Amino acid sequence: MTNKKLTKLQNQALKVREHIIRMSGNGGCFIGASLSCADIILYLYKEFLNVSPENLSDPKRDYFFLSKGHDVPALYGTYVELGWLEESRLSNHLKTNDTIYWHPNRNIPGVEFHSGSLGHNLSVAMGVAMDCKLRKQKNKVVVVVGDGELNEGSMWEGLLVASAYKLDNLLIVVDRNQFQANMPTEELIPLNPLKKKFEAFGCEVKKVNGHNFEKMDQTFKEFPFQKGKVSVVIAETVRGKGLPSIEKRADRWFVNFKPEEVEGLLSELHSKKKTKLTSETIVAR
Amino acid sequence: MTYADIVLKLINEDDRYIIMTSENRAAFRALPPLIPKNFIDTGITEQTMIGMAAGLALRGRVPVVHALATFLTMRAFEFIRTDVGIGNLPVKIVGAVPGFLSDGNGPTHQAIEDVSIMRGIPNMNVFCPADEDDMLKGLKTTIQYPSPFYMRYNPTQALVEHSPLEIGKAETFGDGTDIAILVYGFLFGEAFKAKKILEEQGKSVRLINIRTPKPIDEDAVMKAVRECKQIVTIEDHLITGGLYSIVGELLLKNKIAADVLPIALKTWFKPALLNDVLEYEGFTAEKISQTILNNFQ
Repeated sequence: MTNKKLTKLQNQALKVREHIIRMSGNGGCFIGASLSCADIILYLYKEFLNVSPENLSDPKRDYFFLSKGHDVPALYGTYVELGWLEESRLSNHLKTNDTIYWHPNRNIPGVEFHSGSLGHNLSVAMGVAMDCKLRKQKNKVVVVVGDGELNEGSMWEGLLVASAYKLDNLLIVVDRNQFQANMPTEELIPLNPLKKKFEAFGCEVKKVNGHNFEKMDQTFKEFPFQKGKVSVVIAETVRGKGLPSIEKRADRWFVNFKPEEVEGLLSELHSKKKTKLTSETIVAR
Repeated sequence: MTYADIVLKLINEDDRYIIMTSENRAAFRALPPLIPKNFIDTGITEQTMIGMAAGLALRGRVPVVHALATFLTMRAFEFIRTDVGIGNLPVKIVGAVPGFLSDGNGPTHQAIEDVSIMRGIPNMNVFCPADEDDMLKGLKTTIQYPSPFYMRYNPTQALVEHSPLEIGKAETFGDGTDIAILVYGFLFGEAFKAKKILEEQGKSVRLINIRTPKPIDEDAVMKAVRECKQIVTIEDHLITGGLYSIVGELLLKNKIAADVLPIALKTWFKPALLNDVLEYEGFTAEKISQTILNNFQ
């Protein structure tokens, strides 16, 4: 990856994070998970996937599914940076005059399928991958899942079937931010050794720093990791990445910030100096 | 033509159709080798099968999915509701051994709430054929319909020849005005025989094969309500949420009161061979007609 491209990605990632922070006021959003996933989503759309609202009928286009639906601010923030969504629409978040709410839906150009209920989009992506195989097409099918989402039995059921059908056109990216809703994963329902679990289910697995564009580029370029196997990337990330006052905090999972807190976080994003926050998680799953 | 013949013909004519199953191949044992590119067995995974069906539908396919009705409609319920229902995708959901057809399996296998929960999903339609002839008459129409459909698979031998299926239209036998029997699915056969018994007792009877509980044929039901003294609903389904409820909803909507006798299940039925189940639970033609006569007099 050239320095010029890297700098551009880093600047766009900052912009995506600004969008996320602005969406954390006026009703709030799942800010922690959105910040952990922002670099992955931006990287995939910019550097890895061949898909846009303009090429949906192209038989060679790729598919992206966001199974961890909480990451709407990161997804739509990325769409703004890609020019697919008017920035002004983000201020319609949670308004009845638009369809921008806490989980993705297909009214937003770019969204392949709705999500929100965890453990669904793996099998939906598998259906797409299966059809590409049946038609002997080479499309890449990527599904981003959460580590907490791996509690769902349907994820492991899906892996059994995906491996049985040798869906090597399928790439599962785990946003491994070490948290589920209210708790660190390893304290509630431990997932480790996660890589070995995926390998035992027949997948070829790579780990990568999910905030490092160059490392991601090296890793994703190797897809498919092995012929006949489902590829899995465990992207090691930090919940709340980019905002020291939110990073790795279980009590900043879903937050509805006051306008002055939003302003404080916007400056914290650039200065890295912690802003004063009093708002905490207001809803539990 | 069998179920498998019709499906094979559809696939040969149009590559969009794809057969899926969670290891339930009863309806098409000889089919898989003939359609290797249009057949997917996902193993014992109802949720994954439905999710994959949604993905296939996103690619323009029309998946026809098969599993036992209980596991399909209940284990995978939220996948049907969330992926197929919200997506309004043309996935066809075929539930095997519904209602009494699970005979000796026991309550784990008794789909007696499937009509209720499937009709509760916006965009979903429900087809409960009376017998094999009715099922085959409606199969192509439901598969080609652009919205999701749930179908109670019913291979029982037909007593009558049915007309072609028109979605949302019931099939009425006779124009009697004493008693109107409303029925869907497997119990149509017993209801058909009960009609004859009642007629031998001097009653004038009409029999309505509902066919699609959703969309319901409101005209046929309300015509029967207006013209007949006694309405009877018969279903191998819990009394909640099925045909008795549907008729109740129509009466409320039309602000009309009527004498409606439900012949339905209040809890899981006694597992046994099918004929013994009918006898024990009071759903043979003789017992149905006796129940109706007792209520009528």
